Amino acid sequence: MIENRPFLAFLTHLVLILGVVIVVFPVYLAFVASTHGSGDFMRGLVPLLPGPHMIENYSFMLNEGISTAGAPPLSIMLLNSLVMAISIAVGKIIISILSAYAIVFFKFPFRLLAFWTIFITLMLPVEVRIIPTFKVVADLGMLNSYPGLIIPLIASATATFLFRQFFLTVPDELMEAARVDGAGPMKFFRDILLPLSRTNIAALFVILFIYGWVQYLWPLLVTTDSRYYTIVMGIKRLAATADAEPQWNFVMAAVILAMLPPVLVVILMQRLFVKGLVETEK
Amino acid sequence: MQAKRTVFPNKGLPYLLLVPQLAVTLIFFIWPALQAVKSSFEREDPFGFKTTFVWFENYRRLFIDPLYLSTVSKTAIFAVSVTALSMSLSLILAVAVNRVLRTNRLYTTLLVWPYAVAPVVVGILWWFMFNPTIGIAPYMLRAVGISWNHRVDGVDAMVLIIIAASWKQISYNFLFFVAGLQSVPQSLIEAAAIDGAGPFKRFWTIVFPLLAPTTFFLLIVNINYAMFDTFGIIDATTQGGPAQATNTLVYKVYTDGFIGLNIGSSSAQSVVLMIIVIALTAIQFRYVERRIQY
Amino acid sequence: MASIDITGVKKIYAGGVTAIHNLDLAIPDGELVVLVGPSGCGKSTLLRMIAGLEAISEGTIAIDGTVVNAKEPAERDIAMVFQNYALYPHMTVRGNLEYGLKNRGTPRDEIDRRVNEAARILEIAPFLDRRPRQLSGGQRQRVAMGRAIVRQPKAFLFDEPLSNLDAKLRGQMRIEIKRLQRNLATTSVYVTHDQLEAMTLADRLVVMNAGRIEQVGAPLALYERPATLFVAGFIGSPPMNLIEIDYLRDKGALTLPEGTDLVGIRPDTIQLTQPEGPHLVMHATVELYEPIGGESHLHMRLEGSGQLIVAAVPARTAVTEGAKAVLYVSMSDLHPFNKETGRRTD
Repeated sequence: MIENRPFLAFLTHLVLILGVVIVVFPVYLAFVASTHGSGDFMRGLVPLLPGPHMIENYSFMLNEGISTAGAPPLSIMLLNSLVMAISIAVGKIIISILSAYAIVFFKFPFRLLAFWTIFITLMLPVEVRIIPTFKVVADLGMLNSYPGLIIPLIASATATFLFRQFFLTVPDELMEAARVDGAGPMKFFRDILLPLSRTNIAALFVILFIYGWVQYLWPLLVTTDSRYYTIVMGIKRLAATADAEPQWNFVMAAVILAMLPPVLVVILMQRLFVKGLVETEK
Repeated sequence: MQAKRTVFPNKGLPYLLLVPQLAVTLIFFIWPALQAVKSSFEREDPFGFKTTFVWFENYRRLFIDPLYLSTVSKTAIFAVSVTALSMSLSLILAVAVNRVLRTNRLYTTLLVWPYAVAPVVVGILWWFMFNPTIGIAPYMLRAVGISWNHRVDGVDAMVLIIIAASWKQISYNFLFFVAGLQSVPQSLIEAAAIDGAGPFKRFWTIVFPLLAPTTFFLLIVNINYAMFDTFGIIDATTQGGPAQATNTLVYKVYTDGFIGLNIGSSSAQSVVLMIIVIALTAIQFRYVERRIQY
Repeated sequence: MASIDITGVKKIYAGGVTAIHNLDLAIPDGELVVLVGPSGCGKSTLLRMIAGLEAISEGTIAIDGTVVNAKEPAERDIAMVFQNYALYPHMTVRGNLEYGLKNRGTPRDEIDRRVNEAARILEIAPFLDRRPRQLSGGQRQRVAMGRAIVRQPKAFLFDEPLSNLDAKLRGQMRIEIKRLQRNLATTSVYVTHDQLEAMTLADRLVVMNAGRIEQVGAPLALYERPATLFVAGFIGSPPMNLIEIDYLRDKGALTLPEGTDLVGIRPDTIQLTQPEGPHLVMHATVELYEPIGGESHLHMRLEGSGQLIVAAVPARTAVTEGAKAVLYVSMSDLHPFNKETGRRTD
């Protein structure tokens, strides 16, 4: 910075620390709640410092769950979430990279139509077509199944655009050199394009993993069998009963567990996360 | 549309590559959307045996339904408040982070992770904080003489979902503002400093105007977010209540259609929402095109 | 090793634009042909049609006697060196050299032998395990050449391979390419827009303009006897001066063929001392004296017409800016042209 003004520097840090407090405090409170016994929530105010029951609360939730809320042990829900998030991320990446490849490296009739068909998905979020989409999935017999949770969510215009954008920056000569070197389209894709897309794929994976993990409405619609509950939707059922029976410690343990995987992904892969976020949205 | 200078000569392969994406799109996006449009012109009898084509009857009823109209205005209040609150907080934080050097990365890390928290979890976190019996926020508010109960007070409930929805969106806006700030040429700022502009004046006369494209982009994205991606937050906190005070357009589609099984009205509402998304997307892409010309 | 025969080739783009008009060219085995011309003249398009990267609208291209119109680039047994090198950034130098051979199922020991041989010739052996981004521009250029020579193809195709290098390196690599091509005696087609590069490299020079061949011949033959005004202006630096014949009528006893209306004079044939034999005499004012080193360029304005002309004179010629000069040109150094046809008249 240009000037050296101590007051301004102080103010800057003050603003940032306040911001961090605002961001962290709700989660801190949840964490604190998850370390207390059930009895600690009878009195008027939530505890503000960690208690001694952390391990016991978490292992109870992971292994048993609250049967009264009709929720299975969290470990099952976590696994379902993991399967769903990874499958959605991988599925979206695969079908998007293939369609972007077709659109950029080939010329064929209806190319533009294909592009616009993919584009339209941007304008049809699941929220605006809840019932008919549910019907399609029901008619296909995909309710209460992994395919039902995953496949309807893997079409992706943004991922296709990202790959298209990236492919357009790959020099034409690289493909020409590969052709002169005797590589056909699939060989070029596998040997040259895929390795070059590695960073983009990784960045996209981070974003799409989070996207898959935080899905709520869709699992809520297509799962009624608790074996297929994801943690993000299951948690809502826990919370609904917690108000009646104060089991805040258990609910908050579930909240922390539901947050942890995607938050860790963001923190540990911050560089890829930022790249993925900023580039997919352009 | 752009393609490579030379392309592979294969005729069938590109279609094969497109099949998975197009199949999912047609089966789970376009077909259901067309169904929604179709049933928005139909009315089912209460037992679901007979559907009749009723032209714009569903739409007509929708737009004279005071409940729906109030939902429209509630959604507007919610979207505008979330956008304004979240964007202004994010901008302040982004400017601050852009001023620090060594601790830059640490602060960024601490500020961006809420992006990964599911909306429904966000809802539960804030619901817990504002819980009228044991929450810390009502406790503190009582200390300054404000009584809080979002279960009965519609305004309290609206404030709650605005705060929760804004909190989640801070990280997203923050990252885009930081990216925008970093693309402001340092030489411009130095030139302004030489011209005698202090840090605040520099911000308002140089930096903020140059951030306009980012700000505009975020404006659209945030409105989109507040309208469509906050379902989980509302479902976890107020469920549209009390007395419809926090029912948004998207939440109403769900409750009318999936819970209330009023297919015709819900479909008409879906179509209205589709038109809104199409408009927002169109604005966003027009703006992207313009930015390319810079 | 092969000849390349281009017969009646046309390139018409989808929009109806014709990039190449009915072009014929025969390249015998082992020759280095340079296609030169301004950008947009069709030289790259022609090269890319030989490579198979661009479809041939009409006519045929044959390599080694076989028509290759319908063949994929890989089946034509050619190798290409690209302007931006087009090295695979995620592969090592060795990986880049091997890729084409592997795709053709060349046995492992043969691949190693050829790669090591190419690395030795091009002096890139120390970099074999590095990635392209760790190399300098000149080194990348060598790797791109290496990728072509390991293939031992029927023909090399060069698409402005030196234009991304700085001037000094370009001079060096030019010599290396020439030497390499001599040693391997592989038929080569080389595209450039740089006339100096074209002159120094070519066994035969093909000057192209607007999708047509203007002239084909040995570089010096083209310099000494340009067949068209376009070639006259394109080959040679500084370019040939072109003067209306009417201006010259009273400057000496002209004996030019019928139909001549424009006369070309190379800058280096303008003399400041009176030569023997029949010659022209012109008067001019020196506007700018430009020392180059080995020679100097005089930018002058002709008396009467006010036309700007350039003369190349020995380095330490004593002239001052603003001075009057008397210029002499031997009649045998004049190049007579017809403006209408653009062709030479003698």
